Amino acid sequence: MGNQPFRILDSALIAIATGQKAQNLREFRDILKNIHSGSIYYHFWGGLLHPHFDEPEFQNDFAVWAARDLHDLKIAEQLSIIDPNIFRDIEELRQEVIEIIEERLYASEHVPWVKAGHEFHFIRSQIVIFDSGITYDNPRKLAEAIPKMSLGSIFFHFIDARRRTPESRNDFSAWLSGFNDKYTSLISGLDEIDPYFTTLNELRQEIYKVFNNYFKGGRNGKSA
Amino acid sequence: MENLLEKYAKIVGVEVIDHIRQLANPLKGARILHVNSTKVGGGVAEILNRLIPLKRELGIDAEWEVITGEKEFYKCTKKMHNSLQGDRDDISSDLLAVYEKTNLQNFERLRDKLEEADVVFIHDPQPAAFLHFSKARKGKWVWRCHIDVSHPYRPVWKYLREFVKDYDASIWSLSAFAQSLNHPLYLIPPSIDPLSEKNIELPEKEISDFLDSWNIRRDCPIITQISRFDRFKDPIGVIQSYRLVKNYVPVQLVLAGGGATDDPEGEEVLREVRAFAEDDPDIHILELPPDAHRAINALQRGSDIIIQKSLKEGFGLTVTEGLWKGKPVIGGDVGGIKLQVINHHCGFRVNTPEGAAMRIRYLLKHRDIMETMGMNARQLVLDNYLITRHLREYLTLVVALLLGSEEKIELNYPSH
Repeated sequence: MGNQPFRILDSALIAIATGQKAQNLREFRDILKNIHSGSIYYHFWGGLLHPHFDEPEFQNDFAVWAARDLHDLKIAEQLSIIDPNIFRDIEELRQEVIEIIEERLYASEHVPWVKAGHEFHFIRSQIVIFDSGITYDNPRKLAEAIPKMSLGSIFFHFIDARRRTPESRNDFSAWLSGFNDKYTSLISGLDEIDPYFTTLNELRQEIYKVFNNYFKGGRNGKSA
Repeated sequence: MENLLEKYAKIVGVEVIDHIRQLANPLKGARILHVNSTKVGGGVAEILNRLIPLKRELGIDAEWEVITGEKEFYKCTKKMHNSLQGDRDDISSDLLAVYEKTNLQNFERLRDKLEEADVVFIHDPQPAAFLHFSKARKGKWVWRCHIDVSHPYRPVWKYLREFVKDYDASIWSLSAFAQSLNHPLYLIPPSIDPLSEKNIELPEKEISDFLDSWNIRRDCPIITQISRFDRFKDPIGVIQSYRLVKNYVPVQLVLAGGGATDDPEGEEVLREVRAFAEDDPDIHILELPPDAHRAINALQRGSDIIIQKSLKEGFGLTVTEGLWKGKPVIGGDVGGIKLQVINHHCGFRVNTPEGAAMRIRYLLKHRDIMETMGMNARQLVLDNYLITRHLREYLTLVVALLLGSEEKIELNYPSH
């Protein structure tokens, strides 16, 4: 086929306290300006790999805090809708968050604050990437393996891939595009998946559904 | 014979166990030593009892050692524990001298193992001074703090800080507990063991037999709070909530906790609770022995709603246990309860007896919602708070400590 086999990698994340915490929106903004970039990554994406609950109303930790603890739904909504995928790097994303907060501070008559015990704790993370030892050279076989893939693998190949690959895409699509135009509709289906507003469990199901529809639906089944 | 990992695979899924196995691959043969102060009783011993065999099954040379000391040593460490949790209790220099001497004696006894290990985990303050005495350690040393140190009594923390500041890393249960130290402060929440007596599935008959033995009726909703008799657990507030519910719906309340014989304040609180309950036959106050794990399991499974109306809480493992049994939990809006009880998802967080009463009435009126919340509750624990997650995080931490310190650690693998 001329394409390298797809190697399943896996990842595991561990959280690290930065020791920095904010009790009001101004402190929050000030800390955000200098906090380790890994902390911004963690609070946007790490939520998928650390304890969380299904169907979150607000997608990143900043928005959750604004809603639950600051009780400022306006800023919670504005923070929640930020799509981290569209920023070239963490620094651009950091700037966007700061600007939203600054606008809110400018428009507010007072600085929103939380009571003791409800501060925002800035956390960063370390991620370990390791080899599962499994490879696939056939996309159909890869499709069959998806339901059994660990959530760490889904995170690595579908989420983390976006900050590794030049076109910010997922590894599955990148690999499939190596088969020339053979899997164009499958690639489109995968690219259309919104990795936000979901959990890794649901994301795994969604990816499988796209693969499964492609191969079972016969859109290009015979070629695989 | 089925090994331990296979037993867990039946609960959490084969892919979760495979993931753990692969993560542990580079650690095969690594010597990991855990040291704490007791082999039985208490959450730390419970976790180590299971984590050590699991690590060994993964090919890691894991060992567990326990320190020993005289009565005065434990008197000192008990005071230390309470002060770290916020009691303003100074510790005399004589007691601190006993603490250091006992640490030195135990260090000398375990010196070879400690200094040869690739990774040493020192649990809680009791053996924390070990590192101070080590002059030729080979591996990385990690201090694991299981205590809520969010508001420690500063003089005691400052004393202990001198012993823990030189560790390579520390582990805390929640970010709110983590104290500023000049090394990575890892966050690993505690977990429950689904195969333990306290959490294993029980036959319906056993649950009924337990409830019958305490004269708890099954034809009337049961609301249960399991915790020691402590003002921070607000048992009086729970009774107030029950009364507000009782005006509208028939309901029974169970307040169950460990015996209070060695805890003078506990005895006093228990007396207050009994007096406040005024011999109401639908309030069941149970004093259970510390090893009544199956009884607690049956109580939680036999209940309709679990309540944990704490005013101050560490992580709140009784909440985790209740959620695991598929019960909605009504909890105080404090500590680790905030992480576990998600409003409208698997229960409700409340701030007053009135709030708890309102939520209890709402749930009893909407059994379908209660059922959905129960399913969500179990899933939340399955995904986040079982011992397999705890094991995975320990392994990740060890890999990070031994094989790299950067944000992203890529174990050798070829590119696609």
